[in-house]
Amino acid sequence: MSLTREQIAQRAAQEIESGFYVNLGIGIPTLVANYIPDDKHVVLQSENGLLGIGPYPTEAEIDPELINAGKETITMTPGASLFCSAESFAMIRGGHINLSILGGMEVSAAGDLANWVVPGKMVKGPGGAMDLVHGAQRVVIIMEHCSKNGQPKIVNNCSLPLTGKGVVNRIITDRAVIDITRAGLVLKEIALGYSVDDVQLVTESKLIIDPLLKTIAVQ
Amino acid sequence: MKIRTSIDEAINDIQDGATIMAGGFGLVGVPEKLIEGLLRKGTRNLTIISNNCGIDDYALGTLLKTRQIRKMVASYVGENKEFERQFLSGELELEFVPQGTLAERIRAGGAGIPAFYTPAGVGTQLASGKETRGFNGKEYVLETALTADFAFVKACTGDRAGNLVYNKTSCNFNPMMAAAAKVTVAEVEQLVDTGELDPNFIHTPGIYVQRVIECSGYEKRIERRTVRVSGGNGPCH
Repeated sequence: MSLTREQIAQRAAQEIESGFYVNLGIGIPTLVANYIPDDKHVVLQSENGLLGIGPYPTEAEIDPELINAGKETITMTPGASLFCSAESFAMIRGGHINLSILGGMEVSAAGDLANWVVPGKMVKGPGGAMDLVHGAQRVVIIMEHCSKNGQPKIVNNCSLPLTGKGVVNRIITDRAVIDITRAGLVLKEIALGYSVDDVQLVTESKLIIDPLLKTIAVQ
Repeated sequence: MKIRTSIDEAINDIQDGATIMAGGFGLVGVPEKLIEGLLRKGTRNLTIISNNCGIDDYALGTLLKTRQIRKMVASYVGENKEFERQFLSGELELEFVPQGTLAERIRAGGAGIPAFYTPAGVGTQLASGKETRGFNGKEYVLETALTADFAFVKACTGDRAGNLVYNKTSCNFNPMMAAAAKVTVAEVEQLVDTGELDPNFIHTPGIYVQRVIECSGYEKRIERRTVRVSGGNGPCH
């Protein structure tokens, strides 16, 4: 069975270690926050100028001047800090963010990422993605394994305009967890009900099978 | 000296063809009253440097409708149908800049740094034609500073010396823009006497701000109203 969006988010949350400063992209990556266990101390960064994103506000708590990078109303955790965009991207570019989890449209075997130009749609701009993929210590991409018309999204060379070259460390899809290594793509985990052949069939690049290959653990 | 009593007076010397920086991220920290002033004044052929371009009926989006903007420098321009139409028909020039590069180019402009190297955009179409250089085994692209004739900034509180304090995530691009323009006009929700602001907690020092105007009647629009049920833990983020 393919993982649902929520299960992909749940698996991605396992990438987060206690003590991490984490930036989550817009869309499914934002859902990842729902699956961070309470016993992990994690600080979420929002590139519009906040460390310490809290839960969504209640109606009474809404402050129009407190939003995340997806422009959603949010709250702040105790210990949060606020700053300008130059400071925000200095901490991103300077390698202080432990992990960034972003969405993707294509990832190449060399870790190139394409996620800012949607085919057939007006280009809206890269936002902060091009800075994040170089600045974060580790970049994890979460996406569907195949496009809507069944084409592989993990490819030898990206056909869409790039967000960054050689920037992705790990891909989590609805069918597999794949690492980008110097040796090539390493299949680390596989969704329950899929075989290695099933995953290879929908992956353009040749997969190296990890000897410790596991089933993706989600509920 | 710095205090202005009307928006029209605060922007009366802005000429057609000016380059203007406007603070804000999404609809937060946007100098909406100064933008309304530009709309009234009808200044044309503007180059606007701003992270976003408002929405169809609010903020910079309104200046698109009246075709006052010639060129836009931004990192993200979604949620704006008129922008899309003008860009696709070739009426509007657009320069996309990665958000962190945009922030740093403006910071550099105010800090006397003509250019800097950054990894953002290397190997993408946004770096094509730009000089690159390797440092410690990694490739970087040379980006130049941005400056402007005017900066429009929005602050929560300002004093007569031009010192500014922002509220929460309304800070965003405002402080760098204040420093990067020849003339910075700050609209504030509350104007206080000099000496009332605690010097320990000033975000933008008054040296960067030439004109201050107190405004009221802020709409504070919300682009995405997301809430949790009262009392519940709710989704985090």
